[in-house]
Amino acid sequence: MSDEWRKKYRLEALQAVTKRSAYGNDIDLSDFVTIPKGGADLDEDVKRRSLEVGVDLEGKKGGTYFQVDHSVLLSQLASRIKGVEMMPTDEALNKYEWLRGYYWKALSVSQDKYTAIAELRQTKGYFIRSAPNEKVDQPIQACLYIGTGGVLQAPHNIIIAEEGSELNVITGCTADSRAKTVAHVGVSEFYVKKNATLVFTMIHSWSDDAYVRPRTGVIVEEGGTFISNYVMIKPVKDIQSYPTAHLVGNGAKAKFNSIIYASKDSIIDLGNRIYLMAEGTSGESIFKVVSTGTSKVYNRGQIIGQNRNTKGHLECRGMILCPTSSITAIPELVAEHSDTELSHEAAIGRLQEEQLHYLMARGIQPEQAIGVLVKGFLDPGLPGLPTRLQEEIRSKLALLERKSSPQEPC
Amino acid sequence: MLLSVQDLHVRVEGKELLKGINLSMEYGEIVAIMGHNASGKTTLALTLAGFPQYQVSEGKILFEGEDVTSKSIDERARMGMALAFQSPPAIRGIKLGHMISLSAGMNPWQPKPGDDPDLPKKILSKVNLEPEKYLDREVNVGFSGGERKRSELAQIFAMRPKLMILDEPDSGVDIDSLKVLGNSLQEYFRTEKCSMMIITHHRHILQYLKPSRMHILSGGKIALTGSYEELMPKIEELGYERLIKEAANE
Repeated sequence: MSDEWRKKYRLEALQAVTKRSAYGNDIDLSDFVTIPKGGADLDEDVKRRSLEVGVDLEGKKGGTYFQVDHSVLLSQLASRIKGVEMMPTDEALNKYEWLRGYYWKALSVSQDKYTAIAELRQTKGYFIRSAPNEKVDQPIQACLYIGTGGVLQAPHNIIIAEEGSELNVITGCTADSRAKTVAHVGVSEFYVKKNATLVFTMIHSWSDDAYVRPRTGVIVEEGGTFISNYVMIKPVKDIQSYPTAHLVGNGAKAKFNSIIYASKDSIIDLGNRIYLMAEGTSGESIFKVVSTGTSKVYNRGQIIGQNRNTKGHLECRGMILCPTSSITAIPELVAEHSDTELSHEAAIGRLQEEQLHYLMARGIQPEQAIGVLVKGFLDPGLPGLPTRLQEEIRSKLALLERKSSPQEPC
Repeated sequence: MLLSVQDLHVRVEGKELLKGINLSMEYGEIVAIMGHNASGKTTLALTLAGFPQYQVSEGKILFEGEDVTSKSIDERARMGMALAFQSPPAIRGIKLGHMISLSAGMNPWQPKPGDDPDLPKKILSKVNLEPEKYLDREVNVGFSGGERKRSELAQIFAMRPKLMILDEPDSGVDIDSLKVLGNSLQEYFRTEKCSMMIITHHRHILQYLKPSRMHILSGGKIALTGSYEELMPKIEELGYERLIKEAANE
């Protein structure tokens, strides 16, 4: 592809390569490689790990985009699904000149060193677009997989739900358990056009040696709805992300649901920011977290009411299982208009003994009872998610019930 | 003998709430425990079930001849002691159907061969809770008084216990629910011959179950023991306090 048009982004990025992020630990990415090593195969372990994040490589479920490290192994197109197209982002940028108008428009390339590095060392990414007025029943699935140690994966994803369309995307991000010290700085831009609905479900399943800095921007136009469901139940070394939604059209809506099981020495710094820019817009962020081990969780949230008849709500519910772990909720409400209604609610506490005893009185052993309660606490009833995906997430939470993770020593 | 409670003293936060209870139950026997508020009825139920905040300072509890005084709640439950709570907690995120399977010793998320997937349905029907409506409801969330009591029965029926400890199964329920509860318990007793200890304030539920013996608690002790036929009319006529006083004078 001729890269002339990208030059300005590259130059901007160069200015920002040392710019620290406003949040989270500063990660030195210079030692990670982005040169494709090639040769990654779809072996059984890859298949198993991708199933764990809800992506079925047999492709029974619909369109599939699959990226190992930097190579796109599978891009079963939407030729099979009416009304959707999906391809690697670089291919899409070559194919459609108009797409350049969406590149780095939902967030800034110079936001911090991670956006800068994502531009300078970009490794593919996917482009998904639903055609106007198409209601796409089948969820589109994408999987970003890191299979090699020392790799930096920096995909740039663009998802567009065109006017009046409905699109459901499930993305799994995972790292091979054998791959030591990996980094991911994925950029995602979401565009929800007039009266469109985009449900984006992300399942993160990193290794406990993964540094993760996703950067996400969302633009929702008039009457559009963006719903994000985020699930992470495996340990990670250090993740920080603060997806930001701009509700630019009247009546636009954004809702973020996050379900986190923080274990081992994970450092998890996640939040959502919503700008209620246009009249009648509304936003909500619901964050549920259970912490064990020596994990540290920060839940940030910011809603900025900037127009009349706007409404926003932040909620953080935390259950702390180990006294060596910690949960910090940092909600911020910013009213920049007199006719905005903003609220937040945060409740963090330990497992309720009364509930534990109740389950034990049914003959359930304490370890299993804790697992059942943790699962119940996190179980969301995620809105806008097809039953099948809902069940898939439930079955992941059921792992908590079956496995010994809640008993992990404090 | 199924249950033998010997000289049971119980303390909660340093305060003695039970002061030497002696009672026993045979297999297939129904016993009623009555008494005014704060006489120690619920303390007795929760102590028998093994709740750790109820500390046994003296005496012991034998279940089928085995000393269970220091056994945990879940161990006792698996041995066959099942408690229906007076005010069960609401538990978000756990479906009643799953809770019934768990109570039956099954894992609803990972069924073993031989598990009956229809068990929750069958049991809900036994307590007159329509399975279509209640299987997926979260346990006790938004339940009315009567629904809570029926959900309790469904769970302990699933446990197939040897002894049911029913802590006020009739409190806060309307007359229709009372009938359902009475009939369900009566039917369960008829088919399973399970022993029942019923803690109650009212005679209504007892009309369905006809206990062979009644104990009246007062101040953490058994003040009076007698047959249902003998004691029930006197309680209704005199009330607990006068009845106990008169019995003491006699």
